[in-house]
Amino acid sequence: MSAELLSNLALFVLALLVGFEVISKIPATLHTPMMSGANSIHGVVLVGAILVAAVADDPLAYVLTFVAAAFAAMNVVGGYVVTDRMLEMFKARPRPAAAVADAAPTEDGAAR
Amino acid sequence: MSGEALPLLDTLVRVVYLGAAVTFVLGLHLMRSPATARRGNLLSASGMAAAVLATVVLLLAGDGDHGRVVPLAGVALLAGTVVGSLAGLVGARRVQMTAMPQLVSVFNAVGGGAAAVVAIVDFQRLHGDGALTAGVSVPVVLDVVIGAVTFSGSLVAAGKLQGWVSGAPIAFPGSRLASIVSAAVAVVGGVVVIASPSTWLLWVVVLAALAFGVLMVLPIGGADMPVVVSLLNAFTGLAVAMAGFVVDNQIMIIAGALVGASGAILTQQMAEAMNRSVLSIMVGGFGTGDAVAGGDAAAGPQGLEVRRVGAEDVAIQLAYARKVIIVPGYGLAAAQAQRECGELGQLLTDRGITVYYAVHPVAGRMPGHMNVLLAEADVPYPQLLEMDEVNPEFETADVALVVGANDVTNPAARRPGNAISGMPILDVDHARSIVVIKRSLGHGYAGLDNELYGDPKTSMLLADAKKGLAQILAGVKSYVG
Repeated sequence: MSAELLSNLALFVLALLVGFEVISKIPATLHTPMMSGANSIHGVVLVGAILVAAVADDPLAYVLTFVAAAFAAMNVVGGYVVTDRMLEMFKARPRPAAAVADAAPTEDGAAR
Repeated sequence: MSGEALPLLDTLVRVVYLGAAVTFVLGLHLMRSPATARRGNLLSASGMAAAVLATVVLLLAGDGDHGRVVPLAGVALLAGTVVGSLAGLVGARRVQMTAMPQLVSVFNAVGGGAAAVVAIVDFQRLHGDGALTAGVSVPVVLDVVIGAVTFSGSLVAAGKLQGWVSGAPIAFPGSRLASIVSAAVAVVGGVVVIASPSTWLLWVVVLAALAFGVLMVLPIGGADMPVVVSLLNAFTGLAVAMAGFVVDNQIMIIAGALVGASGAILTQQMAEAMNRSVLSIMVGGFGTGDAVAGGDAAAGPQGLEVRRVGAEDVAIQLAYARKVIIVPGYGLAAAQAQRECGELGQLLTDRGITVYYAVHPVAGRMPGHMNVLLAEADVPYPQLLEMDEVNPEFETADVALVVGANDVTNPAARRPGNAISGMPILDVDHARSIVVIKRSLGHGYAGLDNELYGDPKTSMLLADAKKGLAQILAGVKSYVG
């Protein structure tokens, strides 16, 4: 076994452990965005698509490179955008119209 | 270690990868609270962008390890990236929040597919050069098998969630045998590929793994799809990590392992919430499929006497309550009634009534899905309570308003001997009075009568969730005046 492979294995195992630690503390409220967020992280496979493009040198490899790039880009771009869209909606208070109504009594109180 | 220094560019790229790995971990860390979650996701996205850009620079520089990119391959890469990004962007922007689980499942499918394809391309090149070692062929086979299973399995899961494939468990004569055979072909073929590499055999393994993915998910009921999607998400992570071993790329190994671990934890938590083991879910055959989409109002109860009420009565009950707990289920999402629900909650809150939303871990179609739907309807997240927090609150609640939830409120789960025995439920029956809005008296996924409906404290408003809530809303407004 090469030194390179061994250090890669060490990375793999340690990253698994970090994953268990970080994820197990996330509240159920955020499970869907979290799953979607983790889903976009494995879109890092786009890096792999770029690396194989560097070694592709026959028609089949070109087609496969195209497929890998398309799949990976869809995963990573779609994943992050949709996660952001979900998280954007989580608000501690209702949006402006209602927030103004909430704020009004306090201002009255201050004026008195 | 050889101690040989890396070229400067390689060193820089690796430093960028390290930074990206840190943003992924910190990003997930920030997702532990709704207040910082969005920042976490943006941080993770910027790390991702840096890692991808660094790799592009490496490709353009064409260092000794990878050679200079052939123009046609560059075009294929660029075209693929553009097409994929547009597809992802359009999907992510257009999707309705109720269809979120399907979309995540599709993104997961293509991620697994990409990981498998990356391994195939590198395998063919190394095999052509006669440069394959076990250190590469083992992760190639693992990557191809896991990636292909995930690809086809996630697409079937998305089809079931969307209703394109029946949500009921699908089995045909010999389906068990077929899935065992396809798994055996994939495993044995994989071992042979490692022992004596051959490209055509690798393609056989790919096809067998694709077939197994389909056959694995088909017999699993629609209600269990969230667990399946979550498990397949973990699979993709592992496939990507394996692809990282194949192309010797550290950021892919780290990110893949992170996702593999997170998916495994989530899958476990969801299975626990349903009181079932992951194994029994994957063996399949549970539930009757998508009762909501079926939606026939004719299905009558057997021997359950229910008390019906009109929307006006419910409105009075709510308007003069001190504490109301709303229990949303998938029926709410299916009827697109989250906005009406949020408005009603807001109206009651403005009136000084304490309002909570009781969210069961498996409400909706994936863990936390219901929270996303309610957040979309502007419900403030401090009002969203998880099962353990909200259960003691039912004792003192004047009204529990159940909207389109079924099995997760069925007291039968506390007794042994039925399909949902032992499943943790919301203690809705402990409330002083209960109102259930439901389109019909049909069954939930588990195919059981809900004993809650026969409770003398319960009144039923038989209506579509959206119309029912709109009527109640109008009623409360007229009393509040």
